[in-house]
Amino acid sequence: MNVQTQIRRNDQPIYLDYQATTPMDPRVLEAMMPYFTHQFGNPHSRSHSYGWEAEEGVEKARGQVAKLIGADEKEVIFTSGATESNNLAIRGVAEFYKDRKNHIVTTVTEHKCVLDTCRHLQEQGFEVTYLPVQKNGLIDLDELRAAITDKTVVVSVMAVNNEIGVIQPLAEIGKICREKKTFFHTDAAQAAGKIALDVEAMNIDLMSISGHKIYGPKGIGALYVRRKPRVRLVPLIVGGGQERGFRSGTLPTPLCVGLGAAAEICMKEMGDEAERLAKLQARMLKGLQSKLTDIVVNGDLEHRIPGNLNISFAYVEGESLMMGIKNLAVSSGSACTSASLEPSYVLRALGVEEDMAHTSLRIGLGRFTTEHEVDTAVEELVRHVKKLREMSPLWEMAQEGIDIKSIEWAAH
Amino acid sequence: MAYSDKLIDHYENPRNIGSLDKNSEDVGTGLVGAPACGDVMKLQIKVGADGLIEDAKFKTFGCGSAIASSSLVTEWVKGKTVDEAETIKNTDIAKHLALPPVKIHCSVLAEDAIKAAIADYRAKTKKAE
Repeated sequence: MNVQTQIRRNDQPIYLDYQATTPMDPRVLEAMMPYFTHQFGNPHSRSHSYGWEAEEGVEKARGQVAKLIGADEKEVIFTSGATESNNLAIRGVAEFYKDRKNHIVTTVTEHKCVLDTCRHLQEQGFEVTYLPVQKNGLIDLDELRAAITDKTVVVSVMAVNNEIGVIQPLAEIGKICREKKTFFHTDAAQAAGKIALDVEAMNIDLMSISGHKIYGPKGIGALYVRRKPRVRLVPLIVGGGQERGFRSGTLPTPLCVGLGAAAEICMKEMGDEAERLAKLQARMLKGLQSKLTDIVVNGDLEHRIPGNLNISFAYVEGESLMMGIKNLAVSSGSACTSASLEPSYVLRALGVEEDMAHTSLRIGLGRFTTEHEVDTAVEELVRHVKKLREMSPLWEMAQEGIDIKSIEWAAH
Repeated sequence: MAYSDKLIDHYENPRNIGSLDKNSEDVGTGLVGAPACGDVMKLQIKVGADGLIEDAKFKTFGCGSAIASSSLVTEWVKGKTVDEAETIKNTDIAKHLALPPVKIHCSVLAEDAIKAAIADYRAKTKKAE
């Protein structure tokens, strides 16, 4: 089966934004289809075969998700996505244990949905420690150890960063949390299905997963909630008491089935896929470095998923570069791509200077990326970076040997 | 973000990219913006003996709107007197290119660049007198 031609129409740009979302694998769609039509039953209906068949589909999917992360199927609950899972994990655990504990440890490079949840909890009186990251994007384990107190209810550290793809030392973090008797939550939206995860070996108590980042459907995610030792949560959504009471509401059977199928495919193909992507990542980077000077990879290159590159092309502003490379769908850390006018807080947290943050692109490679697409992308990027540098006053100054930091710029 | 055809045309086929001799008496140079803010414009004008701007060049580090705004003003200032060029308003630039609201600052920067180039030119001629 030529999946490539099914995924992208010829008139569409080359998709290189796999951290934003992924196309659904056709095999996932195939698994979902019957649950939109004949097997439409409510999985919570107990009185007829429609309900039983739907329930069977959902429970199989739960098992597939559990297997991907080395969990028991009873420990997996379905949610609407990683944002909800992160909200439920952090807020749920904080509220349940609030009489005994009032402190949360997280990092400055977390996804907005974790940071915002923490901010809400701060308003309610919780204390939050935001750990800084090192230049390579990873946290310092000694700083983590020092931050945890006997009042710390949960440590929330993302497994893989969505902008720079760096992998945090999960097993080490889990070990520290277990020693210090605090729960460990990890936002694994960008990690699940891409790197090996094992909730037992890594001492993970809560883990958030997203469907659409692993070639599954949008609108579905999962939260792993450890049973031994038991983690308790106050639910965000109450009602019929589905999902062990953690998340009421009728399960969207086709979406659950899709998430399960996506997890199983990832599990089966992870090894080969990681190897293939690592080759493409190296090809992309080598191609760019051989034809361009003054480019910097943001974040650790070793402790990184192979499907991500985040590169600053010095002296070329990110949005103008994206306007040029019309045939490539990527995203930028430049402020000009958002309404906020602030460059990426993740890059700033690594100590990337603002001027360099404005020149960054995030390039995401994935299951349907081909060697030919990588070569085309390199060629387009090189051409447009060179063109834009020719019209960049900063590039001109750099070529004349003027240090742009020595100039007194008027901020505006 | 959907940009106007005029803006895209200026971005894809920018007019008057380049540099003039900044040490020349008849050249005024304006350098505005800041790398940390994501946009820097360098705009230069060359004023003829008849007082008309005979050439203009620019280089811009910035988003597509910033590049288009500076490209456009190099076209507009050519053939004008320095006093006429000084009356170019950011609102005219923004209107011509149909800049979206978040990009208005690009047109403000382009107006600043003209003013800075003119101020530099005047300072030079004053010194020469």
